[in-house]
Amino acid sequence: MTQFFFFFYFGGGAIVSSVLTVGLRNPIYCTLALLSAFIHVAGLFILLHAEFIAAIQVIIYAGAVLVLYLFVLMLLNLKSNETFFHQQFWIALFLGVVILGELLLALFKSPLLGKLETAVSEAPSAIGNTEKIGLFLFNEYLLPFEVVGIILLGGIIGALVLAKQTPAR
Amino acid sequence: MVPLSYYIVVSTTMFVVGLVGVLVRRNFLIILYAIELMLNAANINLVAFSHYFQSVTGQIISLFIITIAAGEAAVGLAIIIVLFRNKATTNVDEINLLKW
Repeated sequence: MTQFFFFFYFGGGAIVSSVLTVGLRNPIYCTLALLSAFIHVAGLFILLHAEFIAAIQVIIYAGAVLVLYLFVLMLLNLKSNETFFHQQFWIALFLGVVILGELLLALFKSPLLGKLETAVSEAPSAIGNTEKIGLFLFNEYLLPFEVVGIILLGGIIGALVLAKQTPAR
Repeated sequence: MVPLSYYIVVSTTMFVVGLVGVLVRRNFLIILYAIELMLNAANINLVAFSHYFQSVTGQIISLFIITIAAGEAAVGLAIIIVLFRNKATTNVDEINLLKW
């Protein structure tokens, strides 16, 4: 029962904050709503017994990425008196509702769903979540891990090259 | 025990909200936020399935997604800074140099 309570709190909080992220006018408020969405999603991860991912979510998303966004936002000093919504707002909203309905229909018609709902034992395993992730990451997923390192290096170099001031001529 | 479908409903809703955000908002920064929302929705899905399949693979893939999202944020913000230096706007409707 408590699990349901926390699920509805975190899930509802995540959805409400994502709607606020998209809907608010002031970019600073949007960023704070995004922060709230990230933290609620981290709560969902803890409910799913993925404690390591929840910690990573808070540290990397809420800690690093969002602070980066906030820094750039304050650096740019955006004015919030423009018209923010596109003239195609209603078309986009209609399409969004249609896609949402379609996805939910596909979900509830899926034959796989009934099989998955039932059989999960709540018993904690002998080794912890972090240890399990570490074992898998450095054995079976070693090559993707290295590739991600190279991608991050490319990202660093790309960001540096892009944001570098060109000397005045 | 919360059923799997509840998590998928939350993740679907978040994904569609992000999708509508990309279509509706005109501020480049907010469009990046909406993309982050969509990536987060995908993460919820992966972690939920990993829990219900009793396998840790989904969590590892969501770890990779978080890493790529951090790289995407860095490059995207660099692009915004360059754009702002050149055109003094973050409105995507005014960035139409390559359009025609």
